[in-house]
Amino acid sequence: MKGNAYIHTVSKMLSYTKGARAYLVLSLAMALLSVISTLFFPMLTGYAVDAISAFDGESFIICIAAMGAVALSTALFQFVMNIANNRLSYAASMEIRKDVFRQIGRLPLSYLDSHPHGDIVSRMIGDVDQVSDGLLLGFTQLFTGVLTIAGTIICMFTVSWQVTVVVILTTPLSLFAASFIAKKTFTFFYRQSESRGEQTAFVDEMISASHTAAAFGMEKGNQDRFDDINRRWAHNSLLATFFSSLTNPVTRFVNSLVYMAVALSGGLAAVAGIMTIGGLSCILVYASQYAKPFNEISGVVTEFQNAVASADRIFRFLDEEKESDDSMLPDIPEGEGSVEFRNISFGYPGSRILINDFSIAVKPGMKVAIVGPTGAGKTTMINLLMRFYDPVSGTIAVDGHDYLLFRRNSLRKRFAMVLQDTWLKSGSIKDNLLLGNPEADDEMLWDVIRRCHLDGYISSLPRDLDEWISDESEAISAGQKQLISIARAMLAEPDMLILDEATSSVDTRTEALIQEAFDTLMKGRTSFVIAHRLSTIRNSDLILVMKDGNIIEKGTHSQLMAAGGFYSELYNSQFSH
Amino acid sequence: MGTRLSSFLKGHRAEAVMAPLFKLLEAVFELLVPLVVASLIDIGIANGDTRYIARMALLLVVLAAVGLASSVTAQYFSARAATGFAEKMKSALFMHIQSLSEKDRDEIGTSTLITRLTSDATLVQNGINMFLRLAMRSPFVVFGAAIMAFTVDSTLAWIFVIVIPVLSMIVAVIMMATVPMYRRVQNALDGVAQRTRDNLKGARVLRAFCRTEDEEKAFSLDIQSMYSLQMLSGRISALLNPLTYAMINGAVAAIIWFGRERFMLSLIEIGSIVALVNYMNQILAELVKLANLIVTISRAVASGKRIQAVFDREPSMKDGTETGKADDEIAVAFDSVSLSYNDAEPSLKDISFIVRKGECIGIIGGTGSGKTTLINLIPRFYDATAGSVTVFGRNVQNWTLSSLRSMIGVVPQKAVLFKGTVRDNMLFAKENASDEEIEAALKMASAYSFVEEKGGLGFAIEQRGQNLSGGQRQRLAIARALIRQPDILILDDSTSALDFKTEAEVRKSISSIEDSTVFIVSQRVSSVMHADKIIVLDKGSMAGIGTHQELLSDCPVYQEIFYSQTGEGK
Repeated sequence: MKGNAYIHTVSKMLSYTKGARAYLVLSLAMALLSVISTLFFPMLTGYAVDAISAFDGESFIICIAAMGAVALSTALFQFVMNIANNRLSYAASMEIRKDVFRQIGRLPLSYLDSHPHGDIVSRMIGDVDQVSDGLLLGFTQLFTGVLTIAGTIICMFTVSWQVTVVVILTTPLSLFAASFIAKKTFTFFYRQSESRGEQTAFVDEMISASHTAAAFGMEKGNQDRFDDINRRWAHNSLLATFFSSLTNPVTRFVNSLVYMAVALSGGLAAVAGIMTIGGLSCILVYASQYAKPFNEISGVVTEFQNAVASADRIFRFLDEEKESDDSMLPDIPEGEGSVEFRNISFGYPGSRILINDFSIAVKPGMKVAIVGPTGAGKTTMINLLMRFYDPVSGTIAVDGHDYLLFRRNSLRKRFAMVLQDTWLKSGSIKDNLLLGNPEADDEMLWDVIRRCHLDGYISSLPRDLDEWISDESEAISAGQKQLISIARAMLAEPDMLILDEATSSVDTRTEALIQEAFDTLMKGRTSFVIAHRLSTIRNSDLILVMKDGNIIEKGTHSQLMAAGGFYSELYNSQFSH
Repeated sequence: MGTRLSSFLKGHRAEAVMAPLFKLLEAVFELLVPLVVASLIDIGIANGDTRYIARMALLLVVLAAVGLASSVTAQYFSARAATGFAEKMKSALFMHIQSLSEKDRDEIGTSTLITRLTSDATLVQNGINMFLRLAMRSPFVVFGAAIMAFTVDSTLAWIFVIVIPVLSMIVAVIMMATVPMYRRVQNALDGVAQRTRDNLKGARVLRAFCRTEDEEKAFSLDIQSMYSLQMLSGRISALLNPLTYAMINGAVAAIIWFGRERFMLSLIEIGSIVALVNYMNQILAELVKLANLIVTISRAVASGKRIQAVFDREPSMKDGTETGKADDEIAVAFDSVSLSYNDAEPSLKDISFIVRKGECIGIIGGTGSGKTTLINLIPRFYDATAGSVTVFGRNVQNWTLSSLRSMIGVVPQKAVLFKGTVRDNMLFAKENASDEEIEAALKMASAYSFVEEKGGLGFAIEQRGQNLSGGQRQRLAIARALIRQPDILILDDSTSALDFKTEAEVRKSISSIEDSTVFIVSQRVSSVMHADKIIVLDKGSMAGIGTHQELLSDCPVYQEIFYSQTGEGK
């Protein structure tokens, strides 16, 4: 990574501690105090020893008392510093996670549809953990390390400034070695994090689809694929772990060479009579003492690369282009619910235009059915209506207002939808229903449950409304999932309704009963219905027959049957046995 | 008990021994440095022997180089052992997860399996890496210092004997207190992963109902409570370093205090007191390093327990032993089969029927009547709670899962495709299928034309088939089942997203397959009315079985279904 980008990532990482500036100051202050008292303690020890040999009982007692006081206060400083550091790094990782989560809610669906979810989960879990660990390590060791070095330099100056200068001048040697290794390891850490993401994506995909995987006996093939990714991960991980752990030995080696040089030149100087033996031993002690925190810090710096590499992956995700900010836009005004497609053209990112110059006007309260062969673009119409995707050109006017000029949420609030691919959140049945209307009380819930003919099923559950369900659960049937989705939409009591194959997994008897409930609900409400069971849409006010992204026929059921075109063929095929 | 985590170190025993050993060697070489310097001063300078000084300097270089070499070797071995361990453990864990039954996985939860396989595995790996680096070095330095203390003054050395166990106690107590806490932190992380996955998968619904902000709030609460757990465990871990520091420096004070008394009695010299203090400081330096790693190790232990818990979970399904070919005239037989999920009312009650080879069976019934549950028992996704299921003359529990499932092609209700090309997806079902076979299967499933339009077998499908329409996904799923030319084909309402014309085409090509036993689950009478036998389910019980005509005359549930559809249809 280039220097600027690196610094950018690190400063962004640190910016997450902004909210806790007080703790940053506290941590620094405690680091300073504990370094000072840590350096002070050996001095006290020395005085105490001197007092013993001088038979000075009074100052001995004072020294021992001071030692106790310093030891205890150092412990206290360290404890407070640790707490402050915990606070800083855990709060930072919490804020990062919140941002990642918020980003998931802000990204366009085109991004979510085309990126492996497991990789995003890996950034949320693994990468944030690395950043948190890195920050904690940095705060705990970097501050104290730097302060210890500063303290040692001051001590050395008071003894011999010449030696200090020599030692400071040789420092770049070990720093150079450390930065060389750090640069190399960054790449390895990044690759490690990337392959962890790949691995998570694969596991997410395969465990979620374990049913299919088992059905096709894919276990062995999956194991091979997993092992393949695993091997690559292990390779990257080994390189990252090994190379990052080289810093300490290498800087230590460099320092040993410096130490040797000091010993050699000092020894020769002593033989030549330029230096005393006492002076030499003093220099040597400081040379080694000075090197110690340096070794520690250089080790921390390399470990820190891991955090920066992970942070980089997180910030890349956070930098992905969001849906345009609509918070400044007005809410779409309430109205009767007319919907007009105006010259809409659309194609999914990276593929050809699917819908070309499409226009249709839907009057308030109309029930519009969209039929046609699979892949004709029916679901795409819903993606456009709900603004899950924006049209490439053209727009939709709701009550005469161009919907691109208003807040998405205000538009979506006016619709309730039931999709072909049902989705349940992990939670109780109640949680799931309340998605439609968080204010609904139990009475309203049961009312809608009865209307959706779920009462028998829900009452039979051990904890009825509080029964825990999830999208992945096999204990609930696809039809029941659909019924819950329908109940959820009914609770929302929207102005307009979108039903995309809403009852495809529901049996026909229940479907007929639900239909009544829908009819009541849809009375006076504009609705869009996609269905293959053409019987369910016969009474629509307008039927749009789509093929290859175009409307090829439109009209009421009887008009279309009379026309004897594609629709009548489709309709009759239902009973051609 | 399942696989022990420690067994994954097996192939890395040499590394796991060499790493700490070389680390030890490094410590030994470090200890030699002062001796060399001492002789440089005492002999070299004292005698004015410049050649001796140069020789000692050279020796220092050699020591440094050897120290570097052994340290690098140690780091390499520990990295090898730790990553090798993690690699093996992950691979075995994935295999174990795959061996679990649907029921087991349902109960454990997908999100937690993912965090255990990733986050927890990383923590264990870090723990091992650190443990190997310090496992021998730290005790060596600590006990070495204590032993040296005895050579200096055996009376004062008792302070070491008191301090070391107390310090070990502190470490042990803090570890014992924090391990369960770190485990709770990881559990909280499961929740974070789950909500993240939920919001990725449910993005459309959550946005449609404008619930993203509510979810953000709920996420904030989740993560806030995780933060509290982290702070709580952090507070206890934060004690370790200061306590160690206070203990050791207290011991230093004690050495000086009692040292003075002995000095007064002329039992000890000042130099010895200084030496003891230095040894104590060596212990301190080492333990401070260790303290930071105790956290890493505690977290590794906590995560290791979580991973162990998955391994300890025996698959609730025992694999059978019989392999071979399906040759019985009776393809599938159910004998008084019942099944209930969790503690809920049974989803299937006392179901019995026999299906001959080559027959086509329709299954129809209301929502939640147990249709999917019934067919899930044939490839043994679940085991019956009571009664027995027989496939080709053998109880499904006796077949090996792989041979049982290789006879069966299932098209599930929710067509699941995988990231990869169309060809890849077909090859999942049959490893060595040729392009011709794939094309033939696609044609049978009426999927060939749209695949060709999209660019052929190399067309890249995104995760879960996100870039295909519902009907396209279903047709590919059907083609995938057909390519195996299964003895038993199960279509679980798998044409619900198809228009009638396409569905009729698909059904026609399926009925043309010879010798294949076919189960068709459907809501539509039109889809099952031509079957040889139709099983009618009602709230988990069998309401009737027979041909369309038979059922029309004597099965009220079937009649009701039939008239509800035709009554409206015509």
